[in-house]
Amino acid sequence: MSTILIIEQVLNGLQFGVMLFLMAAGLTLIFGVMGLINLAHGSLYMVGAFAAAAVAGLTGSFLLALVAAMAAAAMAGMLIETVVIRRLYATDHLDQVLATFALILIFSEGTRWIFGSFPLFLDIPDALSGPVTLPGGIEYPFYRLVLIGVGLAVAAGLTLLINRTRIGIQIRAGENDREMIAALGVDISRLYTLVFALGAALAGLAGALVGAIQSVQVGMGEPVLILAFVVIVIGGIGSIKGALVGALLVGLTDTLGGIFLPELFKLFMAPATASSAGSALASMAIYILMGVVLIWRPTGLYGARA
Amino acid sequence: MTDAVLATHGLTKSFGALMATDSVSLDLRAGEIHAVIGPNGAGKSTLISQICGGLVPDAGRVDLLGHDVTMLPARLRAQQGLARTFQISALAMEDSVLQNVMLGALGASRRPWSFLRPVLGQRDLRDTAEHALERVGLADVAATRTAELSHGQRRQLEVAVALTLNPKAFVMDEPMAGLGAEGSKRLTEFLDGLRAQAPILLVEHDMDAVFALADRISVLVYGRVIETGTVAEIRASQAVRDAYLGDPA
Amino acid sequence: MMPERVLNAVVLAGLLAVPLWALVVDEPFTITLATRAVIFALAAVGLNIALGFGGLVSLGHAVFFGLGGYAMGILAHHAQTFTPLAEWPFLIEGTKSMPVIWLVAMLTSGVAALLIGLLSLRTTGVYFIMITLAFGQMFYYFAISWAAYGGEDGLSIYVRNDFPGLNTLVPIQFFGLCFALLCVALLFTALLARSPFGLALNAARQVPARVETVGLDPLRLKLVAFVISGVITGLAGALFADLNRFVSPTMFSWQMSGEIIIFIILGGTARLFGPVVGAVLFVTLEHFLGGLSDYWHIYLGALLLLIVLFARGGVIGLLAGRARLHD
Repeated sequence: MSTILIIEQVLNGLQFGVMLFLMAAGLTLIFGVMGLINLAHGSLYMVGAFAAAAVAGLTGSFLLALVAAMAAAAMAGMLIETVVIRRLYATDHLDQVLATFALILIFSEGTRWIFGSFPLFLDIPDALSGPVTLPGGIEYPFYRLVLIGVGLAVAAGLTLLINRTRIGIQIRAGENDREMIAALGVDISRLYTLVFALGAALAGLAGALVGAIQSVQVGMGEPVLILAFVVIVIGGIGSIKGALVGALLVGLTDTLGGIFLPELFKLFMAPATASSAGSALASMAIYILMGVVLIWRPTGLYGARA
Repeated sequence: MTDAVLATHGLTKSFGALMATDSVSLDLRAGEIHAVIGPNGAGKSTLISQICGGLVPDAGRVDLLGHDVTMLPARLRAQQGLARTFQISALAMEDSVLQNVMLGALGASRRPWSFLRPVLGQRDLRDTAEHALERVGLADVAATRTAELSHGQRRQLEVAVALTLNPKAFVMDEPMAGLGAEGSKRLTEFLDGLRAQAPILLVEHDMDAVFALADRISVLVYGRVIETGTVAEIRASQAVRDAYLGDPA
Repeated sequence: MMPERVLNAVVLAGLLAVPLWALVVDEPFTITLATRAVIFALAAVGLNIALGFGGLVSLGHAVFFGLGGYAMGILAHHAQTFTPLAEWPFLIEGTKSMPVIWLVAMLTSGVAALLIGLLSLRTTGVYFIMITLAFGQMFYYFAISWAAYGGEDGLSIYVRNDFPGLNTLVPIQFFGLCFALLCVALLFTALLARSPFGLALNAARQVPARVETVGLDPLRLKLVAFVISGVITGLAGALFADLNRFVSPTMFSWQMSGEIIIFIILGGTARLFGPVVGAVLFVTLEHFLGGLSDYWHIYLGALLLLIVLFARGGVIGLLAGRARLHD
């Protein structure tokens, strides 16, 4: 178990974490401000990835692809917000779950109908490909470092937005008391659509960025969505800080767990059993983490105390 | 010194910098109606929550029938004989009036773990429930869906559920809330007769009802009891007037 | 608008008549479809106890479906390969006897529901929904990585398991078995709804604060409901595995969890026959629409959306109006 491997895996965990953060931030804002559970967030991630792959295929420009991803996801988000989501704000959680689950079905099959069942490919642009040598002689893919950078930049940007701008004040006030800010004359409709579109754009961005290192295919959004839910449960719903901390925790646990647990088991088990037992446990590690956090803090690390 | 049925000693609760309950000590004696009044924001709801079990105080004690129940959850206090009504009716709206009172009877009987026999067929529970409905005057709407009741009828139902518990003490949180003149008069008469069954700690805004019913009144201002006394004493008290009642009537 | 009782009777009669007719005209596939509907209905009847009565939005009920399925898969696998399940601390052999398998499936699901419930019910609302979803994923990934029982490829069971006195390979006989179990579950649910537990649970869903102040524990009520619900869905899982003679991690998937909820919503939440109507509707749509288009899920999604937004009471709500109060 070399230090190099460990550092590589830590970086992988961070990269995984910040991408999860992009999803989780949108989810937590949407729930915090609008009180809405949005299962269709994974579909917006997918829309971003597909838009990016399509535009990159057409124009060859990765930058354009990213812009297209965010725009497409934001537009899809605004569309479903005005047509469907709007009717759900006053309903109970079950209705929101069902309606947004229905949206998943429509988006997934719709995408499959347009693009077919085979995965699309999105390539890492040449400018960003290839390894970089880090201090200590470690070689690490440049693109993944860029992802970490983008994620942290988004986190900083969101924090600035929430804490320093007018919109941010409205968002924070809306999280606390929806009726009051309406009474104070804030245009609730517009605020909600904006928050939803912002969350969607972040999801689309994540989809496009990750699509370049994994594949772009129907159904890619849901596993990430569920993990993002785990993140905001751990971090506390409505908290951007919680989303970041939760996302990094989850990313690191998953990546490092996958490495260390089999090794740990090898200490007292035969190698073959250790590998399978270790990886089985590693796949559950995140959920075990979530369970532990919830026993300690039922509303998450930074969530509102009940 | 008669043993109090329900008593608080130095109950204190803060939320951050706000002292919602400031060393409140009061007691409820057998056969009496003890009213708690105070301006909005005085901390009445917080006090009720600590007495009934929804909130844990920072300091102080709550005694029910001589036992320290400060740390007990609400349902155990209910089992020990405390019945409360809510300021905003807490009723199962989809269910019938009868089903709501049956819930009370079921709780009192502590037999919810029966899965196969129909609850409405349990004669003893049904009798308790129907009797309670008769006493509050809701017997003829027993089969109505609770959501269809008028506001006044829902307040009556709140009281009916409390009756089924056959409690040692009632804690009522603004039972007159939202009732018109006619409804308030009827409820006042009802509560007057109820005190013989079990004493009532009555939080109320309706001054007519309070002065008509209360044996003793405690005045709560900014979380502190500024005075406890009979109706006459409270009416005469300068401190109370300044804090709450405004100009003398 | 017809009375709910009549509607229920019609549905039940139809559910029996269709496979009998299929038997007469020798269409065994229709019998298989009917069996699929009945098993899905059973899974949804289970969930409805937690969801409809208890108000617990469990997005991870596929956990129990999968556990039931794998209970069958593991036991039958060891029986058909003549290897013992475990040799220490005592010898456990596989089995192909349905009653034993069902017992194991229900026990496993019940224990899992107890543990998951104890952890999850500490939370409410959104947190609860997400935790149950996460648990589903946990089991899903665990099943994929458990190579001994097929992993991602799943496990095939060559011959359907045995039930004393029946030839379970004959479609109509297996259908009859599943139908009988569904009827028992429906009867149990009906009794539960009218029972003291049912009253208390219903109140715990609507006004937990009130339930506390009458001296009952809403959490304990919900936990018991969750366990009962898991046991029934677990049984359905074992039957499903037997129907297909195949068990795979997809039985644990979030899609499966979603489908079970869809059965209930299509038919009508908290209605006795809601799960049945929904499951029948789903299987029918799956067969006919699925034959027309590979992308029939779009129509399912659209239908679901319409029902959630405009026809909240499901099909039964549309046909029979609001639920009657008991007495």
